[in-house]
Amino acid sequence: MSLWKKHEIFETKSLVLLIGILVVVAIGGLVEIAPLFYLKSTIEKVEGMRPYTPLELAGRNVYIREGCYLCHSQMIRPMRDEMERYGHFSLAAESMYDHPFQWGSKRTGPDLARVGGKYSDEWHRGHLVDPRSVVPESIMPGYPFLAETRATDRDIADHLKTNVVVGVPYTPEQIENARADMHAQANPESDDVDAFLERYPNAVIRDFDGNPGTVSEMDALIAYLQMLGTLVDFSIYDDKANLR
Amino acid sequence: MEEGFFATFLIVLAFACIIIAGKTYDQVMGFHTTIGALFAAVGAFIIFKNYFNDGGIAIPQEIEGKPNYNLGPIKFGAWAAVFWGVAGFTVGLIIALQLAYPVLNFDLPYTNFGRLRPLHTSAVIFAFGGNVLLATSFYVVQRTSRARMPGRIAPWFVILGYNAFIVIAGTGYLFGATQSKEYAEPEWYADLWLTIVWVVYLLVFLGTLWKRKEPHIYVANWFYLAFIVTIAMLHIVNNLTIPVSVFGTKSYIVWSGVQDAMVQWWYGHNAVGFFLTAGFLAIMYYFIPKRAERPVYSYRLSIIHFWALIFLYIWAGPHHLHYTALPQWASTLGATFSIMLWMPSWGGMINGLMTLSGAWDKLRTDPVLRMMVVSVAFYGMSTFEGPLMSLRSVNSLSHYTDWTIGHVHSGALGWVGYVSFGALYCLIPWLWNKKQVYSLKLVNWHFWISTIGIVLYITAMWVSGIMQGLMWRAYDQLGFLEYSFIETVEAMHPFYVIRALGGVLFVAGSLIMAYNLIMTVRRGEAAEIEAAPSGAVAPAE
Repeated sequence: MSLWKKHEIFETKSLVLLIGILVVVAIGGLVEIAPLFYLKSTIEKVEGMRPYTPLELAGRNVYIREGCYLCHSQMIRPMRDEMERYGHFSLAAESMYDHPFQWGSKRTGPDLARVGGKYSDEWHRGHLVDPRSVVPESIMPGYPFLAETRATDRDIADHLKTNVVVGVPYTPEQIENARADMHAQANPESDDVDAFLERYPNAVIRDFDGNPGTVSEMDALIAYLQMLGTLVDFSIYDDKANLR
Repeated sequence: MEEGFFATFLIVLAFACIIIAGKTYDQVMGFHTTIGALFAAVGAFIIFKNYFNDGGIAIPQEIEGKPNYNLGPIKFGAWAAVFWGVAGFTVGLIIALQLAYPVLNFDLPYTNFGRLRPLHTSAVIFAFGGNVLLATSFYVVQRTSRARMPGRIAPWFVILGYNAFIVIAGTGYLFGATQSKEYAEPEWYADLWLTIVWVVYLLVFLGTLWKRKEPHIYVANWFYLAFIVTIAMLHIVNNLTIPVSVFGTKSYIVWSGVQDAMVQWWYGHNAVGFFLTAGFLAIMYYFIPKRAERPVYSYRLSIIHFWALIFLYIWAGPHHLHYTALPQWASTLGATFSIMLWMPSWGGMINGLMTLSGAWDKLRTDPVLRMMVVSVAFYGMSTFEGPLMSLRSVNSLSHYTDWTIGHVHSGALGWVGYVSFGALYCLIPWLWNKKQVYSLKLVNWHFWISTIGIVLYITAMWVSGIMQGLMWRAYDQLGFLEYSFIETVEAMHPFYVIRALGGVLFVAGSLIMAYNLIMTVRRGEAAEIEAAPSGAVAPAE
């Protein structure tokens, strides 16, 4: 019975109660979160991961702004049906440059972790402008305004710089040329294409929105969608080397 | 002194907003800083006006030997809750209809599902739920401490500042400012503002406890305190972010990928655990005993309930990340603690329900009490379902489907919604010194219409969720996937219609409540002396 009596200190001293609460609620988070930063097995070692190109980053920001993550996950689970439907299960390494992550929590629409290269740019354009024109049963909203809105390029270098602050390894050269790179990726005729490819090897250069004049939000979003899940080459990836 | 501090702060804030509004290229930032400057300037003006009107005479702490409770901010919070509740439920209905009939997205940026969905979740959780928590906590802490809240500006700053946060957050989503972290979507400047408001909230709450005339801190206040402190911790850690520029809305979160996912769901699940559970359990621990006129069933059970609940809840987050790229040890730990959480959850439910011992007959005659008791029953049901869904095997089916949505809503509509409605039906007559709500009959209508709505909602989501999960993993005789993704979407349609119908009923119920509460204030019969018996609720021993 004395134990109940001892509890009185929490019932009579508000600061003791406050500190007691803080201690009790801090433990769980510390145990679960802190090890993820020092356990080496948390993020697999893979070849091919690179930071987003400026255009892809701009597209990713459109994806975030429109709340795509609310209906589309980007996290394939290691189950037979998911791997047959979407491809190799997602690795932690594949979202290591994602601030914030876009794994999602709901699949009102299909998973997009490996949508890159699955459909043509033209399909994406038609689908984003009017989803039911290509998939009659779709319940996705249409986004015709993306094609009519220029992608914001004015401060794209600042976006790269901020990413460096939070740990994404952009080089000074990449930051300096961010704006030019953003235009080059959407314009195969551009003179900057070679320099861009040197900075971002294997990046895809196309006029994604089919409108050569401007770099639209449609360009940016499709560039982002077309690279999703394409960076890691799973034909040379060794699952067993990263067992954990 | 206090006036000077707040007035200076608001004036500085107004100028900072004007400078940013003048320099920004970002239209959303321009809009928000304009609102900010306006709100801050009006706030400063009102502080000055009141100060020069009454010369800053001290407000009496007691009148005729009774504590002179500060009810103004509570009244505002109660009506804000009613308003945001109806608005938030309505937006929920709209997005439910969009899923059934996609043409309702209108292909515009401001009306598409992706922008309206955070508006719905924030409006119901933070605007409706938050105002209920602010209003009831200010009421309960004053009553159970038998003391007036400290400060004449601070409580108003908290309630108005919080609602300003809601306006900034909600309009932000519509115009495309979001961090994309679920239930933590507001951008960096809104987060900073909320942090300031929250610190003042904590100080007002603690300050009232320090002034208390009762030797013990009543159990409801432990839960309120845990809610305030833990939400502060979660909010700050999950929203650590670097803005691209102070003149723009966009920021990049410091966490990345797998760590960000862990931090996010540590936050996300405890927004449920501490905002939607601990805070509302405080409401249960005050309003149910009050309404039933019975002491809390077991004081000792409430002690165990409290510490076990807050210790275990914080671990449960990673059960949202089963089979993902999060290391398995973390998600297994999350599931383990989720199972353990069952015990304190049901301990709390039993403590709430058994408070009615000897007063069960009141369920027949008092629809307000019935609403609160049913809310506790829903709490028991969703805290049974939750641990079940946190198991790896169940989660492999339920994750990514509507089952999760159904689970959330049985907790949100049934538990949080009903306990809040019950509290509002008690609080509004108390605040305006009325004998009773305008019409108990209308409360009864509200109860039954909403209950049918909830049942339609959650059964539709159970069926559609489990069905879609099973369709995704179905194989035909030749070993191929049986259904394409779009076939599973098509199969959802009837359930989305039923769900929307459930939503219609729930919105209708909330409109009945709004009408009933307005009529209570306008036409309600005045209480003879004081509607709520004064003093603390006596503990069981």
